[in-house]
Amino acid sequence: MMEVIYILPLLFLVACALTAVLMKDLLGATIILGAYSLIMAVVWTMLNAVDVAFTEASVGAGITTVLMVAALSRTVRGEYEPPHEARGWKRKRFSITKVSGFFVVVLTAAAMIYGTMDMPDFGDPNAPANLHVARRYIEESRHETGVPNFVTAVLASYRGYDTLGETTVIFTAGMSVILLLRRIRRE
Amino acid sequence: MIELIIGKYNYWIYIALMMIGFYAMIAKENLIKKIIGMNIFQTAVILFYISMSKVRGGTAPIEWEHAVRYENPLPHVLMLTAIVVSVSTTAVALALVIRIYKAFGSIEEDKILEMKGDRTGKTPESVL
Amino acid sequence: MKEHIVIRTVSRLLIPFIQLFALYVIAHGDISPGGGFQGGVIIGASVILYVISFGMEDGRRRVSESISDFMNSAGVFLFAGIGVLCILAGGAYLEYTAFAGKAAHGEHAEHALHLASHLGIYGIEIGVGITVAAVMMTIFFETARHEDD
Repeated sequence: MMEVIYILPLLFLVACALTAVLMKDLLGATIILGAYSLIMAVVWTMLNAVDVAFTEASVGAGITTVLMVAALSRTVRGEYEPPHEARGWKRKRFSITKVSGFFVVVLTAAAMIYGTMDMPDFGDPNAPANLHVARRYIEESRHETGVPNFVTAVLASYRGYDTLGETTVIFTAGMSVILLLRRIRRE
Repeated sequence: MIELIIGKYNYWIYIALMMIGFYAMIAKENLIKKIIGMNIFQTAVILFYISMSKVRGGTAPIEWEHAVRYENPLPHVLMLTAIVVSVSTTAVALALVIRIYKAFGSIEEDKILEMKGDRTGKTPESVL
Repeated sequence: MKEHIVIRTVSRLLIPFIQLFALYVIAHGDISPGGGFQGGVIIGASVILYVISFGMEDGRRRVSESISDFMNSAGVFLFAGIGVLCILAGGAYLEYTAFAGKAAHGEHAEHALHLASHLGIYGIEIGVGITVAAVMMTIFFETARHEDD
């Protein structure tokens, strides 16, 4: 049953993604990207990834949208459209990028679909990803760390190094933004 | 055939999403559109990982006395941090776009290349 | 949006509760969904809401540049410092059970170990929360348009 209902939000996602990419108005595309993120959070709640859904709802649908709108307020709102008279080589160059890009995309998609034939079925409990270290985390983490939420136990305790690295990445991003945009007042 | 489709169609939809983002990244001239494409690409990859953690009949990976099976918590952990990193990369990209707009007055890739003219790669005065 | 009285009143009412919720999310990361990342983002979002409704100047008066820059690095420092404390307590880097010390072999060994790892996990969740909140604020403050642009 789950497998069948699951297709509905996925189709919504595809529709949102297509609209966000094809829309000429950048502000509208940004808002649709926010809706896309929110539907993504719903999908992850359906897949029982509650921590991830929570993060996506606050980060993807909230902060990213706000940042994009803030950036748009300092640049331009619309995508450039060539004027109707300019149907010469310029118009053609546009279409060459698009056609070649389309071919690259189709080729990559074909290769990846060929690759999915070897993937385990959706929800298979015996998929290789669910067998090795994951099983140990589920069985032992309560006993070893005393934390009922396995995700927090793995995030903070077993894989603390990973989390330290990610925190450093975020810190670096903050520093880069300061370096790029902060106006230093010279006395 | 039906079994193949039911078991695998979710992967195909993730690939479709990922390719929509990929197309925007390589074929769109507008830099903000490229960032939107990058976001779609990232979430599609994250969705792929999260769906691998799904176990039939599993419950959320928080201890519960009635649980028969739990979802695999490992992809959740990895993707949780990936989401926060993805917003960081988006922020840096947007900061770069704002600087590019300040220097060139445009966020269209081909116009910027045109303005650079001889393409010597020399940074214009206004950027510094 | 400084002139909209509805937005200002509603956000003045909401922001304390949003921040309280963020602290709840950080503090209950071990038994329910949530943790440092989510709580930090929510704190950052509350500051962004404040800036949107009251303006950049007012926001900078509440959270000055020096405070947010200090918080940026303080979180990472707290995280890495807890790792060093673990080494000083006799364990490996980020091995929180080292905090239990001699109690790890006493009669309440399991309890002591759980307490020690809870302590470490809370510490790093708070560190992550501080950094994420500060970075989100910083990014918004720098990206948003200033009045003199």
